[in-house]
Formats: sequence, structure tokens, C-alpha cells
Amino acid sequence: MALPKAKEDALAARLAALTLPAGKGWLAALRSEALARLTAMGLPARRDEYWRYTDPTSLNVPEAPVAVRFEPGDEAEPFDGMDRLKIVFVDGVFDAAASDDLTLSGVTIERLSQTGGKDIHWAQGLYGQLETRGQTPVARPLAALNSAFATDGVLIHVTGRAAKPVSLIYVHQSDTSDAILHHCVKLEAGASLTLLENGPAAARFSNVLEVDIAEGAQFHHIRLQGRDHQRRAVTHLFARLGARSEMRSFTLTANGRLTRNEAVVELTGDEGRAHLAGATVGDGDFHHDDTVFVTHAAVACESRQVFKKVLMNGAVGVFQGKILVKPGAQKTDGYQISQSLLLDEDSQFLAKPELEIYADDVKCSHGSTSGAIDETALFYLQSRGIPRRRAQALLVLAFLAEAIQEIADEDIAEDIRGRLERWLARHGSNG
Amino acid sequence: MLEINNLHVKLEEEDKVILRGVDLKIGPGEVHAIMGPNGSGKSTLSYVLSGRDGYEVTEGSATLDGQELLEMEPEERAAAGLFLAFQYPVEIPGVGNMTFLRTAVNAQRKARGEDELSAGDFLKIVREKAKTLKIDAEMLKRPVNVGFSGGEKKRNEILQMAMLEPRMCILDETDSGLDVDAMKLVADGVNALRSAGRSFLVITHYQRLLDHIKPDVVHIMAAGRIIKTGGPELALEVESNGYADILNEVG
Repeated sequence: MALPKAKEDALAARLAALTLPAGKGWLAALRSEALARLTAMGLPARRDEYWRYTDPTSLNVPEAPVAVRFEPGDEAEPFDGMDRLKIVFVDGVFDAAASDDLTLSGVTIERLSQTGGKDIHWAQGLYGQLETRGQTPVARPLAALNSAFATDGVLIHVTGRAAKPVSLIYVHQSDTSDAILHHCVKLEAGASLTLLENGPAAARFSNVLEVDIAEGAQFHHIRLQGRDHQRRAVTHLFARLGARSEMRSFTLTANGRLTRNEAVVELTGDEGRAHLAGATVGDGDFHHDDTVFVTHAAVACESRQVFKKVLMNGAVGVFQGKILVKPGAQKTDGYQISQSLLLDEDSQFLAKPELEIYADDVKCSHGSTSGAIDETALFYLQSRGIPRRRAQALLVLAFLAEAIQEIADEDIAEDIRGRLERWLARHGSNG
Repeated sequence: MLEINNLHVKLEEEDKVILRGVDLKIGPGEVHAIMGPNGSGKSTLSYVLSGRDGYEVTEGSATLDGQELLEMEPEERAAAGLFLAFQYPVEIPGVGNMTFLRTAVNAQRKARGEDELSAGDFLKIVREKAKTLKIDAEMLKRPVNVGFSGGEKKRNEILQMAMLEPRMCILDETDSGLDVDAMKLVADGVNALRSAGRSFLVITHYQRLLDHIKPDVVHIMAAGRIIKTGGPELALEVESNGYADILNEVG
């Protein structure tokens, strides 16, 4: 089907500014296929069902809009002091000097840009493949664009228990950088890995993470999207879970002009468990969108979506979350909660929770709320001598607690609580 | 200690006058009780003194040890030594009772220029005080007042009072919703805090609480004013004859 003229023009303009990375190996063919998918779909537009609440223009335009890097300097880097294998990208370019040696017991790690030219590679079965599956029933053209044009990324093959977390660090330096990274993680049966991601990455960042979690394997993912105020990011997490496997993914977003985090998770083996959580705090010129699609395609799987947003001074939060229970996926336990705390009347939360269920023996619940801070609770705390700002921070942290509880590692959870508390202290509005 | 002069208060949102010239003077170490029918303004008085939003003071003053209370933020009033035991203690999901208590104690110490209590010292003190109020470790761990019974909530109020050591304590219908045993426990907790330097204002509907917390002075409040003041015998009079006689007598 031909694309509407506006879409065709937008796509042509974007493609004119991009070049398919050269090469002949396994990756080249996958890139061409991704480009074909993108060409068929066109870039997202405001009229598309899942882009009604978020304007994709700044993600579509050929040049990344200028985003001045932000120098926090007042707090330690996330995961500082943790024993981890660091892989650093500066504006999307691998920084060998800042990165650790890529050897880790139980894991092989390679860079996409160095393996793409080989004739065969294990990642052939994964790169762009979960992304392709995730294009139905909802098109995700920016993910296809990423698969076609990603300049680098890591391919992580986990065969045992990873000796320590792999930590991807995204440094933003140039005000006009436009980074496209694509990572694949394959966990063999019974393997386990914790993947950490942190940093703003670039003025505009496109990131795709495809994760294949085999039977009994465990994947933990913690992401902090930096504190840059002007950066834009579109991320996609595609995951497929086998029997009795587990994934937990938590994202902290503070600041950023535009963030679109999509998660597409498919439970394909019995008794799998997928937990997705996000804590978001935004002040002012801030638009944050979580778009989640969880498919139950097997028996007795559990999924949880816990997304909490604290918004002030005109910040906008979006949540579009779906649970699809396929025929035969009996004993499904699906839970979804999206809530926003609006600290003033200028801020906005747009939520679209969806359930689609084709099995009769399932437990699915969803809830979405949007509200102001509880003034009665605030007064109660103040009447005990707790200053208003501190009282408000306590209540905000309490609001976010359910999302933070999804982090398995208590030290990381504590560190994130501290970051949120400091953020709230810096941004205390309403007195 | 606490001195209220000609206090007039109306609701901010509606043009409804609640207090119409309240005068009250409580000396150090004294226990005063305010009784009165529903809607007489007793709870409003406690909220206005502690700084809750929604009320507008149109006339009068309220001072604690000579400091004007009505211009302070609620937390400043608390740091100055004022404490309100709520009629309906607020549930705060997600905030642990212990975290709450420690934050409050240390915030007040900080406001007074004192060092914060160490985690160890705090724990020791809180455990000791909780024990006398029959508050177990589990209740301290749970979120503030969430899932607490009526009696547990009121005991938790008294625990906060014991930890914060205020100079002026207001008890707003602390007996409401309590059975006889729970009331005794709460009253014992209050009595244990009585001292020469600490005063109490006990707001209640019923005389029975005053059997346990013996007041020095009893005030009857009606239609936003204190209409009669006397000794403990005044409470007994109310108990046997109701408010009607007093209202008629004054009115």
C-alpha cells in the first residue's frame, strides 16, 4: 500500500540524510530487510494510533535538534563503586580507552560494528528478528530505522551466570550528536545476566535492545537515562521469554525534553515472568512516553507493568500499556498500573491502558490514576515538624515506591531513592 | 504557655464563621479540657492552632510562650513545641512509621539547632517508648497508620507525642473510637507525659476520658465561643445533664 504523501516526504528527507553502513556480511542483509520494513511503514506521524499523545517530529527530522549537554557534577555516577564490566559510548561512538576489556566469565561480548562483516554469526537469529515480530500488530518504524542504520552496539551471548553486570555507559558530548545503537542479548537456558544502562547518550538517541531469554534464564535490566534536560531519546526493548525464565526491567527517567520508551515483551514458554517498571520525574519542558506491549502466549505466566510519573510545571507524561492474552494462555496473571502525581495544575498525564484477552482462566488487572499530592497527609507530616519540602519528598518517594520495589538489587534501589530525593530537593515546587 | 485572645476564624472557601472570639489561657503544667456539642468549633480550634490550610483568621491572636503561632508554618509550630494528636490520624502508604518518626524527631532537633539523633540512639528510645504503649515492632515497621485499628492509630499518636516531647499538647477527641481498655492505655500514655513544663488541651465530647486524664480546668464551648469555665465538676455536670442546661443558662 502506498504511503500518504506527507509520510513519503518525511521518510525521503530522513533517508536522504542517512547511509546504510557498508559491508557484506550477515548484517548487511538484515539491514536491507529492516530498511524495506521501514519503507513500507513510513515514519510515525501524529495521526498514527500510538503516536496521538507524543509528537514524533523531532525524532523524524533528518538532523538531531540541538541539545546542550548537561554537566551534573554534583553526584556520583550511577553504579559507581559497583563491580561491573564497563562499555562506554560517547555520542554513540565506542570509547575503547574508557571501556573495560570485553571478556567476562560466562559471557561473550562483541561489538556489532566489528562482527557485522562475518559470514555467519549467532546474532543473525536475533538482530532485527524480535523487532520484526514486534511490528505486529503495532508498527514501530523507528525501531526498523534503528535496525537498518545502527552504527554500533554490543552482542552479548550469555551461556552461564555472568560473573558481574555488564554496564553500558552513554556519554553525551556534542550538542548535535545523533546516535543509533542496537544491542542483542541472548541468554542460553539457565543463564543469567544483569545489564545496566546509563547516561543521556547524545542530543538524539535511538536505542534498540533485543533480548532472547531461554528456558530458566534470568535477565535483569536497570536503566538510568541521565539528567540532560534537552536530549531526546527513543528506545525499544524487545524481549522474548522461554519457559520459567524471568526478566525484570526498571527505568529511571529524570529530565529530557522527549523520551519515548517502548517495551515489547512476549512470554512464549510456560511459567515465565516479566516485570517492567519505570519511575519518572519531570519538571517543565519534559515529555515522557512509556509504550508497553506484553503478550502472553503460554500458560501460567506472570507479567507486571508498574509505571509511576511525577510531573510539575507543565511536564507531560504518557502511558500506553497493553496486555494481550492469546488463546490458550490460561492461568495468566497480568497486572498493570500506571499512575501520575501532578504537582501542579499545568502538568498533564495521558494514559491508555488496554487489555485484550482470548483465554477464560486468567487474572488480569489494570489501573490508572492521576492525582495531586495528598494535602491531608502533607499537613500531618508538617504538623510533626517535617518541613513542607521534605514532607512532599517523602510522599513523592512513597508514590514511586511500588516501581522502585521492582528493582531486585537493594543497593541499586537505595541509590535510586537517593537520586530521586536529591532531584526532588532541587526541583521542590509548591513551596 | 498557650494564650488565645479573641480568636475569630472563618472557613476560607465558604463564608462560614466558626470561631467567634475564643479566649483561653493555659499555664505551664496545666491540663485544660474543652467540651461542647457537635459543631461548636472544638476541632477547628485545634486545626487553626496547628496551622491547617482552609481557615482564615479574621481577628485575634494565639501565642505559645509569647511567640505568635498564627503566622508560622505548621512545622515551625511543631518545632516551637506544639503538638496535635489528630482525631483521625492520617494513613500514609509507602512511608514507614519508623522513617516518619525519625524524620520528624530529627527535623525538630535540627530546627532547634540540636544534633540529629543517631540511628542507634533513636532506635533505643523509640523501642522503649513503644513498649509502654504496647506498640510492637511490627507496627513500627508498617507504613504510617496503614491498616492500624482505631486504638493502634491513637496509640501511635501518643507515641509520636512521647518522641517529640512537645511543651503544648492538644488532644482532639483522642477517645473517639476507643474501647475502655484502649482508652485507659492512651490515658496512661498521656499521664506519663504530664510534667510541670508541659501543658495539655484535651478536646472531648465525653466526660469519661477525663476520669483518666484529670483536668485542672474545664471549658464548655458552643457556637464558636467558650461559654463557661470551671473545675472538673463542670464535666460531671455535662455528663449528667447534657449541654442543654448550660446553653440555656448562658444563652
